Amino acid sequence: MEDLILAILVGLALAAVRLKDLLAATAVLGAYSLMMAVLWAWMNALDVSFTEAAVGAGISTVLMLAAIVRVGRRESSRDRAPLFRTSLGTFRSRIKDEGGRAAHARGARFSAFAACALVAVGLLYGIPDMPPVGSHDAPALVHPDVAQRYLHKSPNREDGTLGEVGPANIITSVLGDYRGYDTMGETVVIFTAALCVVLLLRPAPRRRSKDGEGA
Amino acid sequence: MSHHTPSPILRYVARPTVPFIQLYALYVLGHGEDGPGGGFQGGVIFAASIVLLALTEGWPYGRGQLKRGFTDALMPFGCLVYSGVGALCLLGGGAFLGYEALTTSLDPHVRNHMHHYGLMAIEAGVMITVTSSMLTLFFEMSRPEPGDPWELDEEDEAGGQHG
Repeated sequence: MEDLILAILVGLALAAVRLKDLLAATAVLGAYSLMMAVLWAWMNALDVSFTEAAVGAGISTVLMLAAIVRVGRRESSRDRAPLFRTSLGTFRSRIKDEGGRAAHARGARFSAFAACALVAVGLLYGIPDMPPVGSHDAPALVHPDVAQRYLHKSPNREDGTLGEVGPANIITSVLGDYRGYDTMGETVVIFTAALCVVLLLRPAPRRRSKDGEGA
Repeated sequence: MSHHTPSPILRYVARPTVPFIQLYALYVLGHGEDGPGGGFQGGVIFAASIVLLALTEGWPYGRGQLKRGFTDALMPFGCLVYSGVGALCLLGGGAFLGYEALTTSLDPHVRNHMHHYGLMAIEAGVMITVTSSMLTLFFEMSRPEPGDPWELDEEDEAGGQHG
């Protein structure tokens, strides 16, 4: 099941990159987020799944649509020079007319490709060190002050034993209590994002000039 | 958004769902301690209900539900609620966001219960900031340009008070 979901995710990601119609690409990204939510739910991470469905598939899709209305629906084809083009004909035409711009775009794309490849190699190198999904001896799970404490000490028990925090949903205890500072920081980040958009996009209020004429 | 007149079918399907979406958002906020959810998800869902209205009834109608001055004030207010709870815990002699300090009682059940109140308060703060910030992001990014069918009256938009 996970393999099927992951295959769909890879397909959707490739489609989103290849599509030139940004509206279609946004719709594909919405579907991608929805599949991510399914994957999280499948892995029993219901809070993450919920957030992904509401934020990833919902609000960010709408925000991207709003951005498309401003920037236009079509991606510029000028900056989409293919990464490797080795045939002599295109090489000649590059020298002849497009010259600088195409070479520049190709150079930028090559460095972007190199950066992505470097990160990918690093990730692939690190993956074998990670414990398998759901492993019973994962470091975060066996550590007495991380998962063991959250799982066994935080909730109140039905027999009346008081836990350290109380709620049955341990995620809430972690987010609001054990890691309350982080959640406060996240809230401030959301506020800062909205503040930046206001500063950048909101038109300045019209000033009334002193002689009574509108500016 | 494209600013043509919305289809009556969309309007009549979307409108009745709005109060239910908002009620569900509050349920998600309140139920976060026993199941998935919490202030963040509840806030996004509440914002989505207003976004739905703006998409089907038009930008000015959506903006009129929670006016600009009101959401502007709510954004920092939510952060203030969150950090204010932390400050109250400090005043009570505990750690910042150490919710037991919200009571002077030494009864362990009462002290344990303070976690419940503290968590509810900070989740509400998160929801206030998330709802107003998401709405601000949406309305600022999708603001109609001059020449669109919905010309905006600046006084009408700024509002100041919520309607």
